[in-house]
Amino acid sequence: MDFSALLDPFASVQIPLADLANDFIRWLTSNFRDVFRAMKVPVKILLDLLEDGLRDTPQTIIIVALSFFAWQLVNRATAILTFVAMTLIGLIGAWDAAMTSLAVLVSAVLIATLFGLPLGILCSRSKLVWIIVRPILDFMQTVPSFTYLVPVILLFGIGNVPGVIVTAFFATPPLVRLTNLGLKTVREDLVEAADAFGASPVKRLWSVELPLARPTIMAGINQTVMLSLAMSVIASMISVAGLGRLVLVGISQLDMARAATGGTGIVLLAMVFDRITQGFGLTRRDRNGKGLWEQGPVGRLRGLLAGNRIKT
Amino acid sequence: MANEHPVNCCNLWKIFGARAEQALEAAKSGEVDKDEAFKRFGCVIGVADASFSVAEGEVFCIMGLSGSGKSTIIRHVNRLIEPTAGLIHVEGRDVMGLNPKELRELRARKIGMVFQHMALWPHKTISENVAFGLEVQKTPKETRRAAADDALERVSLGGWGDRYPDELSGGMQQRVGLARALAADPDILLMDEPFSALDPLIRKDLQDEFLKLSREMKKTTLFITHDLDEAMKMGNRIAIMKDGRIVQTGTPENIVLRPATEYVSRFVSSISTLKYISAVEIMTQGGTAPGAREFGPSTPLPALLKAFSEGAEELTIKDGDRCLGRIGSAEILETVKSDLARV
Ligand SMILES: Nc1ncnc2c1ncn2[C@@H]1O[C@H](COP(=O)(O)OP(=O)(O)OP(=O)(O)O)[C@@H](O)[C@H]1O
Ligand SMILES: [Mg+2]
Repeated sequence: MDFSALLDPFASVQIPLADLANDFIRWLTSNFRDVFRAMKVPVKILLDLLEDGLRDTPQTIIIVALSFFAWQLVNRATAILTFVAMTLIGLIGAWDAAMTSLAVLVSAVLIATLFGLPLGILCSRSKLVWIIVRPILDFMQTVPSFTYLVPVILLFGIGNVPGVIVTAFFATPPLVRLTNLGLKTVREDLVEAADAFGASPVKRLWSVELPLARPTIMAGINQTVMLSLAMSVIASMISVAGLGRLVLVGISQLDMARAATGGTGIVLLAMVFDRITQGFGLTRRDRNGKGLWEQGPVGRLRGLLAGNRIKT
Repeated sequence: MANEHPVNCCNLWKIFGARAEQALEAAKSGEVDKDEAFKRFGCVIGVADASFSVAEGEVFCIMGLSGSGKSTIIRHVNRLIEPTAGLIHVEGRDVMGLNPKELRELRARKIGMVFQHMALWPHKTISENVAFGLEVQKTPKETRRAAADDALERVSLGGWGDRYPDELSGGMQQRVGLARALAADPDILLMDEPFSALDPLIRKDLQDEFLKLSREMKKTTLFITHDLDEAMKMGNRIAIMKDGRIVQTGTPENIVLRPATEYVSRFVSSISTLKYISAVEIMTQGGTAPGAREFGPSTPLPALLKAFSEGAEELTIKDGDRCLGRIGSAEILETVKSDLARV
């Protein structure tokens, strides 16, 4: 027995991690090719729909429609912010890239929410699910975002659709975590009160727990949006088009102009996108007791119509 | 169960902790008390061998200091927590035998609950809070709203339905809690220290209001309090708890005049017995007072005093036609003296 082997064990004993990873990915691609292909289909449909829609619509109409949407959903200040930000994006020449990014972003956030929210709810209901999911979330959140790219290329290829998938994957964990946290920290006596009046678990979740966890869940959505945007530059390495690519090209060619355009575009888009998504979490009370359709442009229109009816 | 009272608890035990079963065995055989159970098994005895029943239309008070297990007991009645041992029957049905759907049905239709810390849902308006029980039962919206307005009217909060809980004072919130419990018109009310968090004046108002309501509506009520005066005022009967055990159950008179243990007598020592003493307890037996006014044996002392203040010198105590005894000023003085000496 050679003593030096004891003092320097890793020279002779090693786990073949590299080989294992290789074998695993090869096994996945050869056995589940169809599954991964099938997964791309709905993402592609969603993305195409959004991208074509955004690109084919005249710029003025998009700016105005988006501003009105922001006004209806949130308030006038957000509408003004939207108008100014979108106009600026056009003025700095980032419009086309921004539309592509917006399509990728909306798809990714939608998918992340679609999976993250129910998973977060499930985690808060069942200890077992949380025990299983928690280390996976830890893993997903600590692995450097670049690392995701290799398996994604191998499994899904390159382009916008894999870009949406990798972005959604990257942006889901905080939503799961915060949904779970929000639901678990709802005041216990308020939950008990719902039970005491005979609410079923679903009813209790829907009308007591989720509304009370809303601020925490909305913080999760905010994280998802922000991470998706942060991912846009990294995702452009697998040939995702959009603002991220401007920045990437800017870096690789030391082209300050493009980097600045792309960067500014991302910041502006982030602001608009976050304010509007937070609007989905507003309650009647946040709107001063008005329903969604009693405020904003629709509310005004209804007011006018009602006024006319009284006059005639 | 033999007697069909609406609420019936039999030998109820609740022990919190992982080793509850072992602790239960030890506690049942009298080996360990509350402190000992915690040291040996790491278990907290919440309720120990409690039995009681609440008659139809009765207000039954459970009184005890903080931590004596009052909330734990009341939450067994609608099975918000499950007993370690014992039976709970509500309207003749074993609540532990109900499936989830039947249990929800029972909670929604038969039992209204008022919580120690109000527990109003802050994101719902007052009338949404009050109507929640009906919403759960899928009552149509219009009916729901009408019932909520009705219940709010009863607790004199008509017109507040569209506000939110944090816009109301503590006393008003507690009244909303009461309205919420009443809205679905349940037969049984569970009230966990409903008035404890309020200042004395508002508390007195609400107590009076509730007494009035409960006389009108004749609900079977389990009422929890840590305040003996409140228990005396509200309860037809009172159970006194200490360390999870019910140490005495009885009418207010019974508790004050005949405390079962040292603990209870220490409790009631601050309360004047005069209000609860009846004629038969202070009269001198035999010997009638000719021509004096006549009273029944259970006439309370205040009524006797009134007769004296109206000029009577002596009173005759009669049970129907049978003469029992007489009361003169000497008996009255003796009673007052012993009551003063007691405190
Ligand atoms: N979920 C629980 N886990 C462990 N112990 C508990 C739990 N709930 C109550 N206990 C214990 O049971 C005992 C009785 O508590 P309970 O809440 O019934 O008291 P209470 O009489 O309602 O007091 P208060 O007047 O302060 O409300 C206490 O010693 C408490 O520590
Ligand atoms: Mg309590």
